[in-house]
Amino acid sequence: MNSSPEYSLVVQNLKVSFRETDGVLQVLDNVCFNLKKNEFACLIGPSGSGKSTLLRALTGLIPLESGSIEFPEVHGRTPRTGIVFQNANLMPWRTLEQNIALPLELDHIPQVEINSKVKEMIELTGLQGFEKSWPHELSGGMAQRVAIARSLVQDPDILFLDEPFGSLDELTRERMSEELLRIWNEKRKTILMVTHSIPEAVFLSDRVLVLAGFPQGIVLDLPVELARPRDEELRYTPEFAQAAATLHEHLRI
Amino acid sequence: MATRTRTQQESPSWQRVTHQRWILPLISLLIFLGIWQLLYFLLDLPTFILPSPAIVWAKFLEVLNNGMWWHNTSYTLLELALGLFFGSVTASVLGYVLSKTPVLEKIMSPFLVGSQSVPVVAIAPLIIIWFGPGLFSKVLICSLTVFFPVLVNVLVGMRQVSQDLRELMDSFKASKWQILHYLEIPASLPVLLGGLRVGATLSVIGAIVGELVGSDRGLGYLINLGRGQYDTALVFVAVFSLIFLAASLYSIVLFLERRALKWQTWQEI
Repeated sequence: MNSSPEYSLVVQNLKVSFRETDGVLQVLDNVCFNLKKNEFACLIGPSGSGKSTLLRALTGLIPLESGSIEFPEVHGRTPRTGIVFQNANLMPWRTLEQNIALPLELDHIPQVEINSKVKEMIELTGLQGFEKSWPHELSGGMAQRVAIARSLVQDPDILFLDEPFGSLDELTRERMSEELLRIWNEKRKTILMVTHSIPEAVFLSDRVLVLAGFPQGIVLDLPVELARPRDEELRYTPEFAQAAATLHEHLRI
Repeated sequence: MATRTRTQQESPSWQRVTHQRWILPLISLLIFLGIWQLLYFLLDLPTFILPSPAIVWAKFLEVLNNGMWWHNTSYTLLELALGLFFGSVTASVLGYVLSKTPVLEKIMSPFLVGSQSVPVVAIAPLIIIWFGPGLFSKVLICSLTVFFPVLVNVLVGMRQVSQDLRELMDSFKASKWQILHYLEIPASLPVLLGGLRVGATLSVIGAIVGELVGSDRGLGYLINLGRGQYDTALVFVAVFSLIFLAASLYSIVLFLERRALKWQTWQEI
């Protein structure tokens, strides 16, 4: 409706249902929110909730029952979106650099341009020296870096991340969070990231959306007003704990 | 890892020699030839029942020099090459079409199941009756032999394509052709090539049965000729040529498989 340029995404009254053998299961109902330009938002909710479903609906992978999803134009064109899944989802028969190049190849971009963009992404995500590696030779954290590089190679305006660090160990996960913040700082994108980790959500985002209830809706829209740039120290401050406690309270119901 | 390196260093030299992958097969082959030669001396059988390795070798040199060997071997090779090519290409194309149209796959399923239970060699005589003893019927038999394993494997391979990667391609708004080219073909290639490997060895049997039933050229014809003239050494030459042909075909497919699948970790077979 009011697609003012300061918004990257406007979602209104979103409703998603799945047809099951024994009737229709309503997963999302009356979901309303919007993302400001270049905002880093996290979507959090109890496991098994409709978080991933919401993200899939936003990226057009599953159909809506009703409601609207609007991406206001950027510089007079439809904004591009990128997505990172929970699994790195690399093609095992393509090398690291070929995996990053995939979306560009599908878009029929000239090879010279592909090479320079892939090189830039490899530098951005710190994967130099592994260009010719096969996916089975990579660690979980590196594979997820490749997935992030692949999602960024088309220079999307909005990036959707579906629990991208969910399968990584705690230490790798924290390092990847910091890496993601660095990349976001450098590239300035609107990011919506699904997570089930409260500290991760608080550490990363400007805003945390809590998805809860059944069918699911946004029950809390919490701004996180912690100073940036953020580093490890932040995790041990009272403000951080305060925000985490608020989220914890809303997730328990 | 570290312990492995140490045991390799400490192993005695004969063990290191046996690690060479051609040494042991070669030794077993020599022992086989030795026993054969020994049997020849001990049993004192007439040459038309059991010729010695030396006689077989002499026969081989004879047919090699008068051009008979190449004249027949090249013909069988041609049947195999054409049969494998047409069989695997049509099976791959049909396999991808069927996997995209489940209705067609259901219609075809009785033939697929039937083909798995009846060996093509059993209908080889029929094909010779229908299409004559020429090159065409042999190529057809070879094609059919390789056709069904490849077709079935393409269907299996397509069903195994990762759902997550399909979703990834959807998120890039890839077209049907792009999904086929970038995802489905490379993902199902390992299974397809596995089918080709099975089909390649089977098609040698197909070609020979076709030639035995009716032909005037080829290794199967050579076997028939040798049998008719009680020239058992010639039969042996033909049989060994066949074994050599089948093993070479198998190695070629295996080589192609490794080239195409270099992204997988290969272990020595």
